[in-house]
Amino acid sequence: MDSFQATIDADGRIEPRDAMPEGYRKTLIRQIAQHAHSEIIGMQPEGNWISRAPSLRRKAILMAKVQDEAGHGLYLYAAAETLGVDRADLLDLLHSGKQKYSSIFNYPTLTWADIGAIGWLVDGAAIVNQVPLCRCSYGPYARAMVRVCKEESFHQRQGFEILHTLCNGTDAQKAMAQDALDRWWWPSLMMFGPPDAASTHSEQSMAWGIKRHSNDELRQRFVDMTVPQADVLGLRVPDDNLRYDEETGHYSFTEPDYEELYQVVKGNGPCNKQRLAHRVKAHEDGAWVREAAAAYAEKQAREQETAA
Amino acid sequence: MNDLFTYTLRLGDDALIAAQRTAEWIAAAPQLEEDVALGNIGLDQLGQARSLLQYAAEVEGAGRTEDDLAYFRDERDFLNLQLCELPNGDFGHAMARLLYFATYQHLLYEQLLGSADEILAGVAGKAVKEVAYHVDHATQWVLRLGDGTDESHRRMQAGLDALWPYTGEMFASDPLVQRLDVAVDPAGLEQEWVRRVTRVIDESTCERPTSAYQHSGGRDGKHTEHLGYLLAELQHVARSHPGATW
Repeated sequence: MDSFQATIDADGRIEPRDAMPEGYRKTLIRQIAQHAHSEIIGMQPEGNWISRAPSLRRKAILMAKVQDEAGHGLYLYAAAETLGVDRADLLDLLHSGKQKYSSIFNYPTLTWADIGAIGWLVDGAAIVNQVPLCRCSYGPYARAMVRVCKEESFHQRQGFEILHTLCNGTDAQKAMAQDALDRWWWPSLMMFGPPDAASTHSEQSMAWGIKRHSNDELRQRFVDMTVPQADVLGLRVPDDNLRYDEETGHYSFTEPDYEELYQVVKGNGPCNKQRLAHRVKAHEDGAWVREAAAAYAEKQAREQETAA
Repeated sequence: MNDLFTYTLRLGDDALIAAQRTAEWIAAAPQLEEDVALGNIGLDQLGQARSLLQYAAEVEGAGRTEDDLAYFRDERDFLNLQLCELPNGDFGHAMARLLYFATYQHLLYEQLLGSADEILAGVAGKAVKEVAYHVDHATQWVLRLGDGTDESHRRMQAGLDALWPYTGEMFASDPLVQRLDVAVDPAGLEQEWVRRVTRVIDESTCERPTSAYQHSGGRDGKHTEHLGYLLAELQHVARSHPGATW
């Protein structure tokens, strides 16, 4: 274990074969699994608009985006598996509600503009959260995040572009964009988790080099990055107390309602039950397919053995 | 109406409606790998649709775009095969449809490669590689499901049987394809299609369906009741904001 601490202290990478404390391993499994679950649950609110995307070009971009999320889920589960767990077991934990996913996906996508808002705000917040993870002390997770972040920043630009087009369109389109910002702004701020004073996992994760910045630091970074972009769009951030502070170089802003965040985490968000039920149904409907694939592979292996 | 426009629209509508159905599997597939694979296939189909509808619009010369053709035509103006519009059903149905449709598209695009129409030949040149992968993907699954468990065998057979009566329409010749020298007369593809599909079905231990009755009408804009709902969903945002740019 001395070598573990020495590696952490030297800002080096822990690899799957290295010795590591059990708490470190468990924390990483929980975090990577939640991250993977978020990717695959996140396919639903956006997938909700593939069939209705208002142009064929937008439909293609959205399909590719949702497909990317499935891909992110795949390599995050693979990263978790390097810690000695199975994807199937992690999925069971998701399906039984024992592991969580990002609360943001428990909000509904009600209009086409929500697809723009998710790309711009939700992927934007995800990037702020995830860029520091590219330097996470656990090698496989850090490497997965490099790839994920590249694709997320592409998605964020696409989301911004959807809104930019709406904001330069008809009055109805512009109103749709403003409405989407009004609904997604607060949940996006909640994506950085509870305020530092109330964050339970943060301190140990910082010491282990899994987490690099506090929740509040990241939230501030997101606000500083996003507000000027809202100005470019000509949209109003729904916060009367938003001010740029010349002295600090940061925006001051109203904290989101964390009681709402706790309620959504507890399962009381608008879509918690729907998202999980959809996921469980897809999994159960597919059980016979996975069983068939396993049975077929076994038969093929037996035949090869007999032939040899 | 211009023959080349109508012909291009037929192929484009097949690809568009197939893409819309394939996309319904995203976030609902039996495993994550399949969400990715079906996403790829749907994107290929949508890409083919866009190239073909753009070209159809250009041939028509009335100032319409791919989106005008996709979003502002009614059911009776769509010329796709009924096979493409049927609801997804279970994964066995999905793979039966993909095997039937992609094998047909593969044979069609192989011939269209030699068309004197450079655009159609170009679209076919790109698409033929894509649909070769679709055929391969469908083949692998038909084998796994057909020769997997008792339940998967039963479901695979049910999918093959249910969709078989919608395959005859793919090979129906008509005066338009006979007149239009840059088109492929699909009647000439049937024999090889039957050979290829039969080989896969035989190996999967399923039985090749024998039902002789074949539905038709798609090429004349006569569809199943399912197309109207598919289009209602596809078109409603665009139609709610006529003239808007997205």
